[in-house]
Amino acid sequence: MNRINKLLAEKDNILSIYFTAGYPSFDDTRTVVKSLQDNGADLIEIGVPFSDPIADGPTIQYTNTIALENGMTVENLFQQLVDVREDVEVPLIMMSSLNPILQYGFEEFCKKCKEVGVDGLIIPDLPVEEYIAEYKTIVEGYGLRNVILITPASTDDRIRLIDDNTDAFIYMVSSSAITGTNTKFASDFSAFASRLEQMKLKNPRITGFGISDKESFDKVCETSKGGIIGSAFVKALKDSKDVAKSIGDFMVQFKN
Amino acid sequence: METQVSPNERGYYGSFGGAFIPEMMQANIAELQEKYEEIMNAPEFRAEFEQLLKDYVGRPTPLYKATRLSKKYNSNIYLKREDLNHTGAHKINNSLGQIILAKKLGKKKIIAETGAGQHGVATATACALMGIECVVFMGELDVDRQAPNVGRMKMLGAEVIPVSSGSKTLKDATNEAMRYWIANPFDTHYIIGSVVGPHPYPDMVAKFQSVISKEIKKQLKEETGSELPDRVIACVGGGSNATGAFYHFLEDEEVELVAAEAAGKGLDSGFTAAATFKGVSGILHGSKTLFMQTEDGQVEEPHSISAGLDYPGIGPALAHWFESGRVKYEAVTDDHAMKAGMELCKLEGIIPAVESAHALAALDNLDLKPDEIIVVNLSGRGDKDLKTYLDQLES
Ligand SMILES: Cc1ncc(COP(=O)(O)O)c(C=O)c1O
Repeated sequence: MNRINKLLAEKDNILSIYFTAGYPSFDDTRTVVKSLQDNGADLIEIGVPFSDPIADGPTIQYTNTIALENGMTVENLFQQLVDVREDVEVPLIMMSSLNPILQYGFEEFCKKCKEVGVDGLIIPDLPVEEYIAEYKTIVEGYGLRNVILITPASTDDRIRLIDDNTDAFIYMVSSSAITGTNTKFASDFSAFASRLEQMKLKNPRITGFGISDKESFDKVCETSKGGIIGSAFVKALKDSKDVAKSIGDFMVQFKN
Repeated sequence: METQVSPNERGYYGSFGGAFIPEMMQANIAELQEKYEEIMNAPEFRAEFEQLLKDYVGRPTPLYKATRLSKKYNSNIYLKREDLNHTGAHKINNSLGQIILAKKLGKKKIIAETGAGQHGVATATACALMGIECVVFMGELDVDRQAPNVGRMKMLGAEVIPVSSGSKTLKDATNEAMRYWIANPFDTHYIIGSVVGPHPYPDMVAKFQSVISKEIKKQLKEETGSELPDRVIACVGGGSNATGAFYHFLEDEEVELVAAEAAGKGLDSGFTAAATFKGVSGILHGSKTLFMQTEDGQVEEPHSISAGLDYPGIGPALAHWFESGRVKYEAVTDDHAMKAGMELCKLEGIIPAVESAHALAALDNLDLKPDEIIVVNLSGRGDKDLKTYLDQLES
């Protein structure tokens, strides 16, 4: 069974953490993944840096820039992950803009993901129609799960289409926003959550964007199966001299 | 391969185009995809647009026979005077079209990106005319080198937001405008300044700019008896003035269409913006197109002396016309363009935009037959580039 499906079947209040590969330094990938798992992350999203990420705010853009300066590439990332499954059991998801994947070769990328033990993909700029038309059979052929975003502005028809074409969880964007915008959740968030509840989707939902701490995490767990923390986490790694310790310090708030 | 003038229903021209956008932009793009053709084709839309083009912009722009320039090349060169449009470039054709469309969609605020500042000025102008709030994103580097246009935008009431990410030029301003739209989707319309971006932008902007070739045909017919020239030449940043100048000739196979790309300091110098020469297919700003990138799929920072051509890619239709062979691409260096621009000043008393000077320079690259008829699209005037020209004169 795919590790993502197993996690979703077994647990509520799923704590998912995003980080950018190659940040703060080139060699931190394995330390970050292992420390996150050891400190209670249920799911980890590994960000592939891109020069021009459209859906990201300044915080994640900054980590992308540094990671690229540090020499992070798709190829290097796979090399770092070669034996990641020796000491990491939590599900891993690769999050990337489409272009770096296309240049690597979409199928080759999926094949490598499977080889190193990555369980799923999030490609924010690959809309569901293009996914179905060109890529779905490849992704599924390698046993990967494709996680697709929805927002309060997504129509019911679209949400159904996404639900029908994925088999893991749906990434519920808390508001119409880019990552790291520190606005309170849009007032339409609870209306959005209850609309989704009524739609009785086959996939569970995990909420992302704008979640920064225990309080906001607990809040989204009331209406979905968990929450994703990105900008607030990578911010905690900025200028860190000891990445493992910084991760421990950040994650301690989630231990109860 | 057959040449497509318009995209298919998924927004593709051959293997290029589409709408590769995050879900957060989906609602706004879907609204445009559903409504743009219906709105643009409505008689009252056409009437308002055409009226403004005539009375406010000053169209039709002249097709001027450049006698002394013609003599130099031993041919008949006509300049399509887009520089004589209100605000000084072709960009206003698109800004006015899109602002009427935004009004019909009930939008209350306009955002735009700009490189040379011409699109920013055109959009700020259209917003002032309609009494709509306007925010323009502009790379910090361009804020410096196109200072007069920053001043104009401010006078017209627009807010100019300098962009400090990435290469601090047009591509970064485009990223930032898209991010702003994602974060502020309600009541806002994004007026993209060229034939780039997700479907339906490339088609929409192409249609607004197609007035250029429509006029050329009519004017040439009056002037020469035939509506078809031997060649049409235009510069390409994103490709909107070229698309406008080529549009109604795309199916006239006997007319050679020439696109001048900015080679910067030279195609192999590492400082260039020539997308068909140096680019490969990938996803940039919401569409699949040709752009300069590393092997690892990171967007490469372009270079051109001209802010309006300083963009790593081209629109998807232009990538398709490259792939189908319909349009011939020429690379023009910074120095070559500056020389051609200076020459037009002396020969014809016209100071061209540095962008347009690339189209003029391309005349040297071509194997011209005596007496052939050539139309060069003079996309804009050079007032904004005085500093660049004067620096060149002194060096
Ligand atoms: C005068 C002029 N010509 C050409 C361009 C390039 O844009 P496009 O290729 O979309 O016509 C610009 C862009 O700012 C411009 O100002």
